[in-house]
Amino acid sequence: MGDDYVISEIEKHHIQFLLEQNKRADGRILSEFRKIAIETNYVQKAEGSAVVSIGDTQIIAGIKATLGSPFPDTPDSGVITTSAELSPLASPYFESGPPAEDAIELARVTDRAIRESHAIDLSKLCIVPGKLVWILFIDMYVLNDDGNLFDAATLASMAALATTKIPKVKIISEEPLETEILEEELEPLKIDHYTVAVTTYKIGEYNIFDPNLKEDQISDARITFGFDEQDRIVSMQKGKLGIYTPEEVKTQVRECLNVSKSLRKELMKAISK
Amino acid sequence: MAGDGTVQLIDEKGKRVDGRLKDELRPTEIKIGVVKNADGSAEIRMGKNIIIAAVYGPRELHPKHRALPDRALIQCFYRMSTFSVNDRKSPAPSRREKEISMLLSDALTSVVLTDKYPRTTIDIYIQVIQADGGTRCASLTAASVALADAGVPMRGIIAAVASGLANDIVVLDLFDLEDQKGSGDMPLGYCPTLNEISLLQLDGVFTLEQFDECLDLSIEGAKRLYDIQTNTLKQRYADIRAEVAVDEDDEVKEELKEQLNDEVKEELIEQLKEEPKKEEVKEEPKKEEVKEEPKKEEVKEEPKKEEPKKGDE
Repeated sequence: MGDDYVISEIEKHHIQFLLEQNKRADGRILSEFRKIAIETNYVQKAEGSAVVSIGDTQIIAGIKATLGSPFPDTPDSGVITTSAELSPLASPYFESGPPAEDAIELARVTDRAIRESHAIDLSKLCIVPGKLVWILFIDMYVLNDDGNLFDAATLASMAALATTKIPKVKIISEEPLETEILEEELEPLKIDHYTVAVTTYKIGEYNIFDPNLKEDQISDARITFGFDEQDRIVSMQKGKLGIYTPEEVKTQVRECLNVSKSLRKELMKAISK
Repeated sequence: MAGDGTVQLIDEKGKRVDGRLKDELRPTEIKIGVVKNADGSAEIRMGKNIIIAAVYGPRELHPKHRALPDRALIQCFYRMSTFSVNDRKSPAPSRREKEISMLLSDALTSVVLTDKYPRTTIDIYIQVIQADGGTRCASLTAASVALADAGVPMRGIIAAVASGLANDIVVLDLFDLEDQKGSGDMPLGYCPTLNEISLLQLDGVFTLEQFDECLDLSIEGAKRLYDIQTNTLKQRYADIRAEVAVDEDDEVKEELKEQLNDEVKEELIEQLKEEPKKEEVKEEPKKEEVKEEPKKEEVKEEPKKEEPKKGDE
């Protein structure tokens, strides 16, 4: 159904030609982000939700909580599972069907940043050790793809989590296990770390942030870093065919860290509303 | 799906659980052009329903053997987000989603001039962001507007709404609770200018009288929705017309825009005033709209030509 994305050689050269002059086709400089907008509590039927736009890229994330059993090897931890759908609604280049590699990567990279930063204390999601825990589903749908999905996805997921409210659970009896969900008594999900992901994209010898779809498509390589609010690196993923030298990685991680601070400001602003 | 009628859905004064009267639609708002990548798109908010429809095409069909030699294939893909309902929906497509997709495709095929684009497909992707009952109807309403936004030539625009039974009383535009606990549900897709029903389903138990009343009520509701659809489209065309008036200097452009906006707004306000009244008064202005329809198509074509169409690649 979807066609392959084709970008003409002349357009490719034009983008590279502009980069040489520290310029981009839409007038930004290399490190500049497009306008970010975050709207939380978009879906009332979800426990938490957020729509994030970075330029024309738009992603919605929704959180659903259900009670279930923990994994046998972590009996006193709740579970979070992340999924992403690159719906053909969002781009003529996305296809219907089960999640393709790129949707899986998007979900897993987002999941990694949130999980590894311990943004959520999973032990607090445990109700009866070994038997009953909250399972949090972080589900994302891309609504319009104009590049830089990774940064938008983490931002949307974190904003949705930070506005999530989960009902209290009353234990009526332990043996046999009987519980009641107190739908009226909602508790905000506690966020321990405000994780932000920043991706650097490499086109030729130039590194840029927040590419639009064309820049995203012609980029040779990218690295997505996750940072917590104490400026620690919590996750990393290199993607695409291109390569980086060790020096480049060291420079890029610092530049990304800088950018993460302004992204976190946007996040905090949106969730404190 | 129909409930047993034990829940009180309508009180003695004829007020429903959400405060509406029996012949009242939920507040409905349509936004056009919400998906930038699409050739046409619309978002509908009807009560708590939030639904996005995006149109891609006419474009090449894969696999090719499914292409029709004499007309375009209309393919609707209705999907619900996992978080759109109270209990998380499994992300895999359900049988329900597949059936609705088919029904919507068939309904829309009846109005699109498919013979203009042989061997192509026109894909309509529908994503339910939040479900509040009557999503298939709201989807069809939004999809029709999205197709018009894409400049796809159509014989008419379909408006859709479900009526049903709340404690054995016929009510318009069922919301979630009425859908689940009411004793009957009749989704209807209708094009007022053609007087054609293109989507019709029913579940529950109706007497013949209730059936007739339900059908009449839905058609009245669809007419009101149709006005919202056409007014939203007119507003959109007015905006585009002002935008593409490149020959004029900025001042004239602004003036034109305001003037057009005012015209549409006035009409909208008048319509809203009329809404609670009975519908006889409204028959006249409607005939005018029918005549205007082909004109609107033309206006739409212009801006589309300015930029290269994604579907053409």
